[in-house]
Amino acid sequence: MKSNEVKLIREDGRRLDGRAFDELRPLKIEVGVLEKCDGSAYVELGKTKVYAAVFGPREVHPKHLALADRAILNCRYHMASFSVDERKPLGMTRREIELSKVIREALESVVFLEEFPRTCIDVYIEVIQADGGTRTAGITAGSLALAEAGIPMIDLVAGVAVGKINGHLVLDISDIEDKYGEADMPVAMAPRLNSIVLLQLNGRLTGEEFKNALELAKKGIMEIYQQQREALRRKYSGISAEEV
Amino acid sequence: MSTAIQPKKNITARIVQDKIYSLLQQSKRLDGRGLYDMRSITITTNLIEKADGSALVTLGGTKILAGIKTEIGAPYLDRPDEGSFTINAELLPLASISFEPGPPDERGVELARVVDRSIRESKVLDLKKLCLIEGEKAYILFIDIYVLDYDGNYYDPSLIAALAAIATARIPEYKVVDGKIQKTGAYFTPKLQSLPFTVTFGLIKDKLIVDPHLEEESVLDVSIIIGVDEKDNIVSIQKNSPGLIPEHLLTKMIEIAIEKAREIRKIFCEKLNISLD
Repeated sequence: MKSNEVKLIREDGRRLDGRAFDELRPLKIEVGVLEKCDGSAYVELGKTKVYAAVFGPREVHPKHLALADRAILNCRYHMASFSVDERKPLGMTRREIELSKVIREALESVVFLEEFPRTCIDVYIEVIQADGGTRTAGITAGSLALAEAGIPMIDLVAGVAVGKINGHLVLDISDIEDKYGEADMPVAMAPRLNSIVLLQLNGRLTGEEFKNALELAKKGIMEIYQQQREALRRKYSGISAEEV
Repeated sequence: MSTAIQPKKNITARIVQDKIYSLLQQSKRLDGRGLYDMRSITITTNLIEKADGSALVTLGGTKILAGIKTEIGAPYLDRPDEGSFTINAELLPLASISFEPGPPDERGVELARVVDRSIRESKVLDLKKLCLIEGEKAYILFIDIYVLDYDGNYYDPSLIAALAAIATARIPEYKVVDGKIQKTGAYFTPKLQSLPFTVTFGLIKDKLIVDPHLEEESVLDVSIIIGVDEKDNIVSIQKNSPGLIPEHLLTKMIEIAIEKAREIRKIFCEKLNISLD
């Protein structure tokens, strides 16, 4: 249960890790980090560390699942057993099943699936350390992995979680801020289209707070989006950011 | 692994979408409702004698049954002074041609987690009151939701059914005697501290609708669920389909969700003859 009892804001008005309310944790993005897949990316946001890999478009197994007019997008969001404080049991938890669905739907929103009928595209997201914002980091990595695999998309997708701690809206919440804060709102957007592709809320916000939280998320998403483009440019050096 | 289960728009779906959209442009819907009208709600409670609480809720043609069974067990280690509840949901194969037998698939899991989130975040239950002996014994409420007939939007009626089952529950009461628990023979009904309701939205091109029925649902471009409590706080949100939501539409959705949740709350309180005080 969320409560106000734990102090998440220091005397100097900063957050426990020293950040300002609207500050992202140090962000590191790399494209093309795994060998055997068709596309991959690694995203580090503070202590949150996530790999994503894409296979496909490839043949669908079993074949009867194939769709005549478009590709199927599959997605598995999975956490390593040691990625969290208490060891996560092996296999897929209900949380992971739900997040796999919403992440898939977020990515599906931007991929031109109709370009590859009768095939499937598999996106695997592995959280190797979780410190809040894993699903949104997963989406950020997943969309880059899709890009590296050469899958046509209308836009990249970038995500971040905003939250409310001790009555204040904050950008990019960490695990402890999620656990003891009042609200956790993961948001992912296709920034170029100014459209939301993932939105969830756990916690209590007034209508006004929701609006401000969304603005805050957008600010973070634009910063992440910029770094996504730079990471792609680094991978394919020689191509300018405007063309990516 | 999460794989798309919902059938995607084929040619027939596109024809249906065009038909529905042309109606929406005249502010009409296939079943005669206005764009932001919910279907009618019925609530029947305590229809399962063996359950500690139960409710059958219909929203138009969608039928949901929720039931509660209580057990005594140990509290969670990190909350030694609280009882607990778990919510499970199953999309029964008798409810729809698109539901299959077997353990809950991702749609069932998502439904359960959205209902759970709404109830947990708005603190419907005073979990401290459900503790009997700190760190040892507490009431555990198993709230199970079954979709019996599926005509679109199983989210909103599922939460209504879960709340109605809680609000009218008769849970066997225990007391602590010499550090041990024993049944008193009486029953108690948990007091509701909050009444959140979710409102499901669908977007067809640029037209926003509330509570899509099955045929509309099959051609939605995107869908999202917003939960609101009695103080007009937003307590849960779940975008539950692929698709793009233009940012400017969200504010409008929040406004409508607040208004619709109030409507549902009024119906709920009248039908169950309860009030939040």
